[in-house]
Amino acid sequence: MNSKSFDFKKFASQNFIWLVLIALVIIMGIAQPSFFSVNNLITLLSGEAVKGIMAFGVMFAILSKGIDLTIGASAGLVACITASLVQPADYANALHPGLGTLPAPVVLVIGLLIGAAIGAVYGALIAYTKIPPFIATLGAQLICRASAKIYTNRPVSNLSESFRFLGSGKIGGFPVIILVFIVMFIISAFLLTQTRFGKNVYAIGGNDQAARVAGINVEKNLILVYVFCSVCAALAGMLLAGRSGSADPANSGLNYELDAIAAATVGGTSHTGGICRASGVLAGILILGVINNGLVMLKVDDNMTNIVKGLIIVGSVVLDMRKNAKKA
Amino acid sequence: MSQEYILEMTDIVKEFPGVRALKGVQLKVRPGTVHTLMGENGAGKSTLMKCLIGIHPPTSGKIVYDGREVHFKSTLEAIKAGISMIHQELSPVPERSVAENLWLGRVPMKNPFMVDHKKMREDSIALFEKLGLDVDPDAKMKELSVAKMQMVEIAKAVSYDSRIVIMDEPTSALTDVEVEHLFRIIAELKEKNVAIIYISHKMDEIFRISDDISVFRDGEYVTTDLASNLDHDKLITLMVGREVTDMFPKVECPIGETVLKVEHLSAGRAVKDVSFELHKGEILGFAGLVGAGRTETVETLFGIRHKTGGRVWKDGKEIDIRSPEQAIAHKIALLTEDRRGNGIVGLLSIKENTALASLKRYGFPLNHKKMISDTEEYVEKLRTKTPSIDTPIQNLSGGNQQKVLVGRWLLTDPDILIVDEPTRGIDVGAKSEIHALLTQLAGEGKAIIMISSEMPEVMGMSDRIVIMHEGYTTGVIDRSDFSSELILKYATSETSDQAAAGKS
Repeated sequence: MNSKSFDFKKFASQNFIWLVLIALVIIMGIAQPSFFSVNNLITLLSGEAVKGIMAFGVMFAILSKGIDLTIGASAGLVACITASLVQPADYANALHPGLGTLPAPVVLVIGLLIGAAIGAVYGALIAYTKIPPFIATLGAQLICRASAKIYTNRPVSNLSESFRFLGSGKIGGFPVIILVFIVMFIISAFLLTQTRFGKNVYAIGGNDQAARVAGINVEKNLILVYVFCSVCAALAGMLLAGRSGSADPANSGLNYELDAIAAATVGGTSHTGGICRASGVLAGILILGVINNGLVMLKVDDNMTNIVKGLIIVGSVVLDMRKNAKKA
Repeated sequence: MSQEYILEMTDIVKEFPGVRALKGVQLKVRPGTVHTLMGENGAGKSTLMKCLIGIHPPTSGKIVYDGREVHFKSTLEAIKAGISMIHQELSPVPERSVAENLWLGRVPMKNPFMVDHKKMREDSIALFEKLGLDVDPDAKMKELSVAKMQMVEIAKAVSYDSRIVIMDEPTSALTDVEVEHLFRIIAELKEKNVAIIYISHKMDEIFRISDDISVFRDGEYVTTDLASNLDHDKLITLMVGREVTDMFPKVECPIGETVLKVEHLSAGRAVKDVSFELHKGEILGFAGLVGAGRTETVETLFGIRHKTGGRVWKDGKEIDIRSPEQAIAHKIALLTEDRRGNGIVGLLSIKENTALASLKRYGFPLNHKKMISDTEEYVEKLRTKTPSIDTPIQNLSGGNQQKVLVGRWLLTDPDILIVDEPTRGIDVGAKSEIHALLTQLAGEGKAIIMISSEMPEVMGMSDRIVIMHEGYTTGVIDRSDFSSELILKYATSETSDQAAAGKS
C-alpha cells in the first residue's frame, strides 16, 4: 500500500542536482532552440568527456577527504609521452625519429601504467607520511608539468590514426570518446557501490580512525585511490591528445584539475569526506558542460560565463553544507 | 530552606524537524542547591539545558530567571546574565595555552588593540589557586590529560561568577581524586548561594551531592522530589518507567582452557609490563585509574599501537599482531572506548557500520542482500532502536550506536571480545542489555576482556580482575576476593607487584 504513495519531497532532495540540470537544460533550450540539436548535444558531451573522466577520478580522492591537484599535469605528461610513441617513422619532425609507430593498444597500456605509477608515488607519500594531499599533489603537479617540458620542448603532433581513434573516432557515427566517458562512469559507480574498495573509501573519508580499527588497511586503500585517480588522468590525457591530434607539454591539460574538482564538487562530493554519489558527479559534469556550451551559443562573454560557473560552484557547496548540517 | 526559586521553567516545548524533543516540561531550581536532572539518554535533559542557555531557544514555554522572564538567544547572553554551563563534550583549542582557553572570548586587554598577557596569566593562577587546581596556565591544552582538561573547563565555568552553573556529565572523564575535588568546589559554590544544575548517570554521585532531583522520560517531565525522599531503585523505576530488576545478571559459567596469554607486553611509556592469561568463557575485568594504561594495553594487543616488547600467544601459538586487520584475522575484536573518535563512521548507515569490519566476507561484487540480512539479524538480536538500517548512525542515541558497534564486532565471529568502557555515557536500559549480552557471550564460550572505570560494573561482571597502575599490572584478583578496597589498593600502589601479576 505504501509503495504507491510517492514521496516527492524525499525524491527531490535526493536528486536535487538532477532537477537543477533539467531546469538548466530547459532554460537553455528556450533561450536557444538549436541547443537541442543532436549535433550540439554530441559536441557538448565530447567536450566534457576529458574533464569528466578526470572528475570521476578526483571524486575518489575528495571522498577520502583528500584532493588531487596533479591530474591536469599528469594528463599532459602522459599525453606527451604516448604521443611521441605514435608518430610515423618517416616523419622528419618526430620526437624519436626512427622509433616508428607503436601499436595503439600497446601505447594505451603504457600510458595507463605511467599514470598508475605516478599516482602510486604520491599516493604512497600521502598514505605513509600523512602530509596533506593538497601539498603532496601540488608538488607532484609541478614535477609532472616540468617533466613534460623536459621530455619535449615542442608540441608532439602528426599522431597515428589508430591512436587518435579513442579521442576522435566514431562508431556508427557516434563519438568513441563519449562511449569511453560512459564506460568510466559505470566503472566508477561500480567501484563505489559494489566493491569492498568503495566501502573502504567511504569509511576512510568518514572517519579514518574508525576505519583502521575496523580492520581496513587505510594506507593501501589511499594509495589505490590516487592510483585510480591518476589512471583516469592518464586516460584523459591520451583522449585529449587523440582528440586534438597533438600533445603540448606546456598547455595540454593545463588547469583541468580545477574543472574536474569543480564538477565533482557541484556533483555533491563533500570536501569534509565520506559523502559522494557517482550519479551526482555525472550531473555535476553535465551542469558545467551545459553552462559552457549554452552560454557560448548565446554568445555570452567568456568572463561572464566564468562568473556564473564560480557562483554555481560556491552556491552548490553552501546548499550541500546546509543539507548535511540539518541531518546532523 | 529557601522558598524562592532562582529559575522557573514551565511548559517548555522544543521541536526539531520531525522530532518533539521536549513535550512541555518544567524545572524549578532553588538557589544554593544542587538540582540533579535524571533520565535515560534522549530523555531531554541536555536539550532542556540548551533551551535555557540559548543554544536551542525553546519553541514555546516560559523561562523565569531571578524573577524576570528571559529569552536568551545565545550562550553569551546567558553567561552575561549569570548562567554558565560545562558541556558534556569538551571543545578545547588544543594548540593554545591553558590560559588562553580559559579566557577565550573575554581576554583581558591592555588597550583596545593589545591583549594583556600578564593579567591573563595572573588571573589564571589566581583562579587555579582559589580552586586548588594544579595546572600550568602556560601548558598547551593538548598536553593535558582529559581529566585535567575537564577541570580547566570546570574552572572556566566557575570563573564567570555565575548564579547558576550547569554541569552536564562533568565526571565522566575524571578519576576519583578529581571527582572529590569537584565536589569540594560544588560545596563552596553552594555556600555562595550558587545553584548547580547537575546531569549525571552515576547514582552514587547523585545521592551524595543532590538536594533536589527532577526526573525526565522521553521528553516529558516525570517528577521532582527531595533527594532524601528517593533511593536508587525508586529513581531507576521513575526513569525507565518499569522495574529494572538485575543490574548485573552475572551467570557463573565454566571457565575453559587458556585462549590468550600475554607476557611482559610493553608499548612505549604507556604500557610498561603487562602479563595475564585469558580463558574461554571468562570475563576478565581490567580496573585502574584513568591513565593507568588499560586502553593502551588493549590497543597494543589489537595492533593499533606499536608493540615495543613482550610476547602474545593465542590458542598456544605465538602471534605477532601489527594491525587491526591482523587482529581481526586472529578472531580478536575490540569495541573501543572512544565511540565517536574511532568507533562509528557517523555519515554511514547502520548497515554499512555493521558490515565495516566484515567486508571481506561479502565477496566481489559485494553481496548486498547478505549484508542487509546480517544487519537485520543483529539489529533484532541486540534490540537496536532505529527507524531503518539505512539511517545514518549519527542520528541514533549513544546507547543504540553502541549496540550497532557491538553488532559489528559480533559479526566478525570473534573468539576474544575486548570491550573498553562498553557502557560509558549510555542509558540504564541499554546498559543492562549490554551486560546481559556479555554474560551470554561468555556462556557461549567466548573470552571477554572488559575495561571499566565503574567499580560496581567491573566487580559485578568479571570472573577475575586485572588491576593496572601507570602501565604495570599490579594485581589479579579472583571473584571470591573482590572488594573495592583491594582493587583501589592495587590501583594506587606505587610499585609493581610482579608476583601477583604473573599468576593467573
